Amino acid sequence: MDTPVRPKDADGREILDSVVIRFAGDSGDGMQLAGMQFAQTTAVAGNDLATFPDFPAEIRAPAGTTFGVSGFQIHFASHDVLTPGDDPDVLVAMNPAALKVNLRDLPKGGLVILNTGAFTPGNLKKAGYTKNPLEDGTLDPYRKLEIDVSKLVIAAVEPHGLGTKDALRAKNLWTLGLLYWLFGRDRAPTVDWLRRKFAKRPDLAEANIAALNAGHVYGETAELPTGIASYKILKADLPKGHYRNITGNEALAWGLAAASRLADLPLLYGSYPITPASSVLHSLAGLKHYGVTTFQAEDEIAAICSAIGAAYAGIIGVTATSGPGMALKGEALGLAIMTELPLIILDVQRAGPSTGMPTKTEQSDLFQAVWGRNGDSPLVVLAPAKPGECFAFAIEAVRIALKYMTPVIVLSDGYIANGAEPWTIPSFADLPKIEVKFRQDPEGFQPYLRDPETLARNWAKPGTPGLEHRIGGIEKNFDSGHISYDPDNHHKMTLTRAAKIQGIANDLPEQTVDCGEDHGDLVVVGWGSTYGTLQQAVRRARERGLAVSHVHIRHMWPMPRNLKSLLSNFKRILVPELNNGQLVRILRAEYLLPAEPLDKISGMPFRIVEIEQAIRDALAKN
Amino acid sequence: MDTPQKLSRKDFVSDQEVRWCPGCGDYAILAAMQRTLPELGATRENTVFVSGIGCSSRFPYYMNTYGFHTIHGRAPAVATGVKLANPKLDVWMVTGDGDGLSIGGNHLLHVLRRNVDLQILLFNNRIYGLTKGQYSPTSLVGAKTPSTPMGSLDMPLNPCQFALGANARFVARGIDTSTTTLSELFTAAYRHRGTSFVEILQNCPVFNDGCWDGVTMRDVAAENQLWVEHGKPLLFGKDKNRGLRLAAGASHVEVITIGVDGMTEADVAVHDQTNRTLAFLLAHLAPSSTSPAEGGFPMAFGVLYCDPMPSYDATVTTQNSDAVAKLGQGDIDKLLRSGHTWKVE
Repeated sequence: MDTPVRPKDADGREILDSVVIRFAGDSGDGMQLAGMQFAQTTAVAGNDLATFPDFPAEIRAPAGTTFGVSGFQIHFASHDVLTPGDDPDVLVAMNPAALKVNLRDLPKGGLVILNTGAFTPGNLKKAGYTKNPLEDGTLDPYRKLEIDVSKLVIAAVEPHGLGTKDALRAKNLWTLGLLYWLFGRDRAPTVDWLRRKFAKRPDLAEANIAALNAGHVYGETAELPTGIASYKILKADLPKGHYRNITGNEALAWGLAAASRLADLPLLYGSYPITPASSVLHSLAGLKHYGVTTFQAEDEIAAICSAIGAAYAGIIGVTATSGPGMALKGEALGLAIMTELPLIILDVQRAGPSTGMPTKTEQSDLFQAVWGRNGDSPLVVLAPAKPGECFAFAIEAVRIALKYMTPVIVLSDGYIANGAEPWTIPSFADLPKIEVKFRQDPEGFQPYLRDPETLARNWAKPGTPGLEHRIGGIEKNFDSGHISYDPDNHHKMTLTRAAKIQGIANDLPEQTVDCGEDHGDLVVVGWGSTYGTLQQAVRRARERGLAVSHVHIRHMWPMPRNLKSLLSNFKRILVPELNNGQLVRILRAEYLLPAEPLDKISGMPFRIVEIEQAIRDALAKN
Repeated sequence: MDTPQKLSRKDFVSDQEVRWCPGCGDYAILAAMQRTLPELGATRENTVFVSGIGCSSRFPYYMNTYGFHTIHGRAPAVATGVKLANPKLDVWMVTGDGDGLSIGGNHLLHVLRRNVDLQILLFNNRIYGLTKGQYSPTSLVGAKTPSTPMGSLDMPLNPCQFALGANARFVARGIDTSTTTLSELFTAAYRHRGTSFVEILQNCPVFNDGCWDGVTMRDVAAENQLWVEHGKPLLFGKDKNRGLRLAAGASHVEVITIGVDGMTEADVAVHDQTNRTLAFLLAHLAPSSTSPAEGGFPMAFGVLYCDPMPSYDATVTTQNSDAVAKLGQGDIDKLLRSGHTWKVE
């Protein structure tokens, strides 16, 4: 947005390829809501987009403080969008604290929109400003739109009879209205949404709509400072299809509901509230008419144990959590492995260890997922790379769990869980059915009889005459399924459990290259939510003629059967991760490959420029 | 339809060799269960035993039914999952004083308050048997064990009071060797819809031998056991001439003897199994020999409390079917297209 002369459309709007807006304010200022509405409206306008909500763990941190600042970044464009963007082009700062926290990310010449009404001596002090940044030249390098939103919103909603306190709550909608005008967005979707949300309080709906309209009118009528225009972002050339915005957690919930229908089995979702996984529980709790039962257990352990009980009884058992909850579920995961029951565990990772930073993203549960249990206890680990992929991976997790009688962990993270992207809505009829086989025949039955091909034991559910049997956490005899302490048998059973999981690799797609050739000077290997950043960085490097490729692993355990040979075709292997080096160690340990780490453990996603720099540095070593 | 073949005790005996210590109280409880289930008309395929970890938790292996020997303390959560998945199953849960009240105390609390339709049998031997004799949450203060060589300092917990405190709707107490009454308690527990909690005093001949002798030995049984029955006076003693009277204000009970100090049977309180306050008072009573701190009473046995409420699994099922009745069978395509969508042509 810093090029002065740009083409304009018939209405005089400057045409831009892509814009990154960051909304920032107090955690009570409704920035997430404003951001999500902007995202919905932008999607309807036909742009591609990606969002990144970034908020504190405190629900209402003391107003005006820097640690209470909540942010929402959206990147939208007339081309395909892979990340929410490194730096914003536009910063909306609703108070001094929001300015203080976010201004460092705004490039010189960027547009800052300020609510001057919040720049009171008290708020400036709380934000740690000794001088007013509106007056001391701090903002000179930027383009500014300084508006007393507080005052204007109070005036706008006055006819609706709201007190000052309630009126000020509509600041976010006033600001949203202004942004809708600046970027040529249609207000109708937000107006509809407000009327639905406040169906029982039409007065509140109308007051908020008045605020939205007032912001829009301000844009239309006010004379904007030099250098600030109104803009247009042409529709992106998206493939044909029916689209919606979807967050990772929504996609997981809906994928589970779809999987239940595809397998024609009810589903029990046993879960204990934990950030950032809770919204999956909220979504599924509203889907009782889809054959989904949700059970809010007394703790993480009870949550997984209820899911194990459900699996034993012959339905789909699912639990979900984040890092600390995964630690608590460890013993029960071992039980599911030992009893070879199908089970799906969603781990929406967050920054750790311990409580860590609950609302900040991280990829540091990979070791815990792959190895974090007592004994040799293998299971399957999957990692979707984008919010939309979570839908298909929830289904894939159920398919693998039922076919192989094994727990399957799906590793998502806070970034995927809360981030939204446009998603092509699949048709249920096109989704592959999930075959389920229950044992019925008592002849020759024992509980650990295995399918010779998959090594899965047979699933005999209570209620079936003649198949009464006992299972548990004690080692079982390979032939009879009875308790066994025999040394050779334990050795054999341990190897069998491992072979069953490794064998699943034959049922998984081979690893493909996400960008670039299948050989070259450097391969950037990632997993999970870093997908967009790595992809964009590799594309840019390739545009400069560098022999770099991007490989993104989605089947974390067992790993794709061709992975070693694929990675061996590159001179160097760079593994960027939001942890202190986990996948890189697995690659080195499993394949004796000289993979090199690139770690970031700040609770924030990689920036594209960080990866580009690492690519340059790695190639310089060749 | 064929008349189902009448099952016998043998049908419920599994092919597994029982591995409890000789003389363990668990043998008698197992036998009582294997004898009772056929009488109740229970079927093997519809019966599930879920347990945690400990001596008592080996129980499922010896029942020729479905069985799940889970992990320490977590049986209530697993059993809840089983029951939510298939409410038609008869689910029994077997636990002990360590499994149920120590490591699994939280789950026991919650399964009781939710009132999941399970029968929970808590074998109370006041000791950790499988780990070789450490004190448990029901051990007496001063118990000398490998982990408390100078005597335990922990105050013991009363399982029936714990259950009542958690809002259990059915609370009973029995004795391992009183197999006829055990059978009756199993029957009452089975018939009660919701969580039925049965504490069974059980002797551990190896690590805590004689822990209940003060109530179970033949010479003290009549004086130290009070078998309650709904609608019947709370009488005990060899001549059934002693009874419990509710003190003024019903804040505690006292022992009276009919014919002494002008007391008649009319002074004796009548058991009302729907009276939670009375149940709490009864659950607390014990003779000095087993509860030196509060003793001086007979211990109460039988159904101390039974006041049914709809079970958790039943209300979950109702809510699920209400959702279908109100919203129709969910349609995945509609779900995926709910809210804002748009088409790119």
